[in-house]
Amino acid sequence: MKRYFFRRLLQIIPVVFGITALVFFIMRLIPGDPAQVLLGTDATPEDLARMREALGLNGSVWSQFLSYMRGALTLDFGESIFQKDAVLDILMRSFPATLELSVCAILISVLIAAPLGVAAALKRNTWIDYAGMAFAQLGASMPVFWIGVLLIMYFSVHLGWLPSFGRGDPLWQGFWLLVTTGSPQTLLTSLRHIAMPAFSLGVMGAALISRMIRSSMLEVLDSDYIRTARAKGTPESIVVMKHAFRNALLPVVTTVGLQFGALLGNAIVTETVFAWPGIGRVIVTAISQRDFPLVQGGVILIALAFALINMAVDMLYAVINPKIRV
Amino acid sequence: MTAGFWKKLLRNKSALIGGFLIAIVVLTAVFAPLLAPCDPYEMHMDDRFAAPSAAHPMGTDQYGRDLFSRVIYGAVISLQVGIIAVGVSMALGVFLGLISGYFGGWLDRAVMILVDIFLSFPIILLAIAFVAVLGPSPKNVMLALGMIYWTNYARTVRAGVLAAKEEEYVLAARTTGAGDFRVIFLYILPNVMAPVIVMATLGLGTAIISESTLSFLGLGIQPPAASWGSTLAVGLDHLHSAPHISIFPGCCIMLTVLGFNLLGNGIRDVADPKLSRRL
Repeated sequence: MKRYFFRRLLQIIPVVFGITALVFFIMRLIPGDPAQVLLGTDATPEDLARMREALGLNGSVWSQFLSYMRGALTLDFGESIFQKDAVLDILMRSFPATLELSVCAILISVLIAAPLGVAAALKRNTWIDYAGMAFAQLGASMPVFWIGVLLIMYFSVHLGWLPSFGRGDPLWQGFWLLVTTGSPQTLLTSLRHIAMPAFSLGVMGAALISRMIRSSMLEVLDSDYIRTARAKGTPESIVVMKHAFRNALLPVVTTVGLQFGALLGNAIVTETVFAWPGIGRVIVTAISQRDFPLVQGGVILIALAFALINMAVDMLYAVINPKIRV
Repeated sequence: MTAGFWKKLLRNKSALIGGFLIAIVVLTAVFAPLLAPCDPYEMHMDDRFAAPSAAHPMGTDQYGRDLFSRVIYGAVISLQVGIIAVGVSMALGVFLGLISGYFGGWLDRAVMILVDIFLSFPIILLAIAFVAVLGPSPKNVMLALGMIYWTNYARTVRAGVLAAKEEEYVLAARTTGAGDFRVIFLYILPNVMAPVIVMATLGLGTAIISESTLSFLGLGIQPPAASWGSTLAVGLDHLHSAPHISIFPGCCIMLTVLGFNLLGNGIRDVADPKLSRRL
């Protein structure tokens, strides 16, 4: 097991190298001189030289690449052009909000998908199955931002129950205050803020995961050991929960992990809809200001998080599935 | 595609519903100039934010433009972007998959490393990065989407080629003196296309969602063009007074994507019953 983990850990090195290299080359696709693009046509040669220096555009492409990779190794992504602050600091300030949103979203995905998938498999070819799978089809066809817009329309505009934008205090702070002072107010405010963004982000995942759970459950329910368990007279609830569901979860772990990664990408969109102060909003704002160092750092950071999650999922899969450890 | 395939496809409920939805969207796009009651760009400032009525079945937007006409023209944009983006990614992916699977060696390794790198990004993030750099325009959106979705085609085709190249018909073609490219394109390609067609159909839905997402973020099709995504984004600022601006384009995106998903699933079920039993 240790050897497998070590090997998987080593595999992340070329991936990280590839991610940073690809982002470098994408950023070099900017048509014309990026310094000129940023400063406009009436910029002085001195200003242009300073901007090129700030963007790391001096010297040959090869030397640019080397100094860029050196910076990336030490997590030094330079300074934001507009915020005059280190890119890493800006990103680190907004990352917790994105992480909190993504974790809540994946929890919602699983909470919706698990009962839906199991029920659809148990009641195969009944209206429950059809309704569940219709939800899954619709959920996978709706753009994340539109779900957000519909939620705002109903719960904020029509009912006035939930705030349509912004974030309360961090959730952990709410929990902390609830435990230490017994006051639920902060936690409730935070929950009210995160409910709609997390739900809209989680629906697509719920759709895909519920389909996966359904097919995985169907396969397991059809296996010999389930027939044996039933033949022994084991109560149906134990057959379903202990024998079938636990085994059906194996392939689902990978899907959940991949969905968690995809959520990080979609979070950019959700954060824009709900003005959620996370890394996605930082990137979108930076794009509109053509703040290339910040865009570059943000893209690398999310891709890194995505790669780390994929690695963690592989490791988790190895822990629960002994067959993989060869 | 044999006659049996089409017969089975017509009996597949998922494919039938999907095909019906897509047919509506395609016909709407083709006959947009005939179907649209108004010019989608014509402004009527005294008729702004009008609710749906007989004169404007979907209401009007912030410039008093007829939303129904804009939504009809939006179908043209969505289909255009979807088809070209899928065409670019399919051509790129199939070509790279064919040569990497057939020739193997360093070429294969290089292509697969590239696939791995592309797959280490959340898809939409990569699209955003490309468009952020290239600048927002329909051409760049198609190019960006084409550049990111090729990986799945490459992987699938490569796997197909690896299996096909050991088949007797390929060996026979080679013995008759057929050159590498003749073998690849004339003999192997037709035999690895079935999963590609399924992926392309599902890919059209994904490309349309991605285009509308980019346009929603202001990075895709720019106003005054009547893209569903950018129209929906405008509606976000007027949810209190004119929710219809966001509701209708969103419904169109959902139904179109649903159509492609259902059709794709249907084709998969018919073309590869083994796979559909597993899923």
